[in-house]
Amino acid sequence: MSSNANEVPAPHRPRARVFPANRKARQLAALVLAQRGSARALTQDPPPTQYPYGCTTIFAPGWEVDSSNGTHGLCQPIERDLYDCYHTCYWPAQVPDGVTNAPTWTQSCGAPMQDWKSIDLVFP
Amino acid sequence: MHLRTVLHRRFRTETGHEFVYVASSAAILGLDPLASSIVDAFAEPAGRDAEAWLADHPERADAETALHDLTDLGVIRPTDEAQAPRAQLPPMPFPISTLVLNVTNKCNLSCTYCYEYGDDRLTAGKGSEGTGKARMSDDTARQSIDFLLRNAGDRPQVSITFFGGETLLNFPAIRAAVLYAEERGAVHRKRVHYSLTTNATLLTDEVVDFLTTHRFGITVSIDGDASQQDRHRTFRGGSGSFATIAPRIQHLVAQNKAKKGRALGARVTLTAGAAPVRETYDFLTKELGFDEVGFAPVTAGLGRTYALGEQGYEKLLREFGELAEDYVAAAVSGQSHGFANLGDLLRELHQGINKAHPCGAGLGLLGVSTEGELGLCHRFVESKSHAVGDVTNGIDEGVRTAFLTKAHVDQKTDCTQCFARPLCAGGCYHEAHVRYGDATRANLHYCEWIRGFVDLGLSTYARILTQNPKFFARFESS
Repeated sequence: MSSNANEVPAPHRPRARVFPANRKARQLAALVLAQRGSARALTQDPPPTQYPYGCTTIFAPGWEVDSSNGTHGLCQPIERDLYDCYHTCYWPAQVPDGVTNAPTWTQSCGAPMQDWKSIDLVFP
Repeated sequence: MHLRTVLHRRFRTETGHEFVYVASSAAILGLDPLASSIVDAFAEPAGRDAEAWLADHPERADAETALHDLTDLGVIRPTDEAQAPRAQLPPMPFPISTLVLNVTNKCNLSCTYCYEYGDDRLTAGKGSEGTGKARMSDDTARQSIDFLLRNAGDRPQVSITFFGGETLLNFPAIRAAVLYAEERGAVHRKRVHYSLTTNATLLTDEVVDFLTTHRFGITVSIDGDASQQDRHRTFRGGSGSFATIAPRIQHLVAQNKAKKGRALGARVTLTAGAAPVRETYDFLTKELGFDEVGFAPVTAGLGRTYALGEQGYEKLLREFGELAEDYVAAAVSGQSHGFANLGDLLRELHQGINKAHPCGAGLGLLGVSTEGELGLCHRFVESKSHAVGDVTNGIDEGVRTAFLTKAHVDQKTDCTQCFARPLCAGGCYHEAHVRYGDATRANLHYCEWIRGFVDLGLSTYARILTQNPKFFARFESS
């Protein structure tokens, strides 16, 4: 079959160089895969080793430290983290619900990195 | 970032399949040549800089992926990573699952190596006399059942093991306990399993009928054929016991088979000068009809002539290796094999058992003396220094928790750097007590033996896994 220039290449999946042999290893591998999967879901159709910028690559858990045990690689500024929790990614933070109860919460905020202060409180 | 391979054991098959057993998790991982080289490259005490190492690697992209996988799976970790605190004890009071009833402390044999009546005894008294009552009363047996059911939490199933002395010297108490347990187990909605260890001298037709009807798991203490059995397992006058027990065992085997009973086990005590393990195994399974055979080196204080000694352990390991060949051959063709020591080890390796304590003594298992006192296990009953309450007033939780805290493997600094730690956890409390006078010490006198045996288990595991992985399905759930 000839290759079609319009075909989207399949994501590169390196063959396993480490494979679980006993039951405990299978449980561990499933855990690792589940964690990788949850990180992948934050961006669209990533190759297996890609993580969204600013997120920690290990489940530490959460945003407290990055993969080098520092804070420089985390989502910055912290205000962006707050804003992102609202509609671009799922994160169980204490922000208003943008789907049904406060759809206009960030309407006054065109560029959150600069004018995040215009985001007001919501009084249910 | 500085990375280091954690405490582990490498092993491989003759066909070139590489594996690693990770001591922190008890996981077994297969490695391709690249991953294998990475595990070795980072196995330096000081670790090495991952970026620098990767920069020089000819297969950088693949090496990075493999290193990432090995890091996520806990084989290679940052050198400065803080150790996750390990839970010291499960939530206490931990529910009891097995109670060992010492229904008598008398015996009709006088085995010369016996820890109960010999030089290494824990209890006061002479000969086969303990300090307590010679026989457990039917009432105490019943109280023990009530105690077990009361302390079993929400476990759907509990086990009662009958022990002695010679257990069958007090058959009435066994019968009373079983009949009562059937009744009370139904009320508490718990299944009750029974097991018993016996020297087989008193296996009358009536006894065999009762045991097989109630689906007992039966273990016979026997050292082999007549020449082996009669070396140490003698009556008081010095005559051997083989001629007495052989016909009784044959009757038991026939009855157990007819009633489709549980696997019948033989337990062999190994002493200096014993016959080769494979020979004994073949005799016990092929000539006498046992389903399983377990071998245990004799428990002995220093200087006992029957003790195995260092060379004895080396010889034993070689002999275990010979019998392991038969196990592999059977497993590869999908058959079970009755070498119980190896079967138990392979089960633990397959499941990735990672022990905080060497056994269930004091945790899910307790021993009961003839008078109803609770001990850590059957070997400690009547030892006043290891009493943990009684069946009437319950467990002394303070004593129990204090012991288990001290006996935790993390308290045994000798075990910190040992790859066999998840399986051994310092070894038998009773063995340690006999050897060092402290049940919570690690049994350093048999470390080499344990490590050698675990190595045998790992290589056996790899051989079976690469030839017939389906064999391990039998170890998945239990």
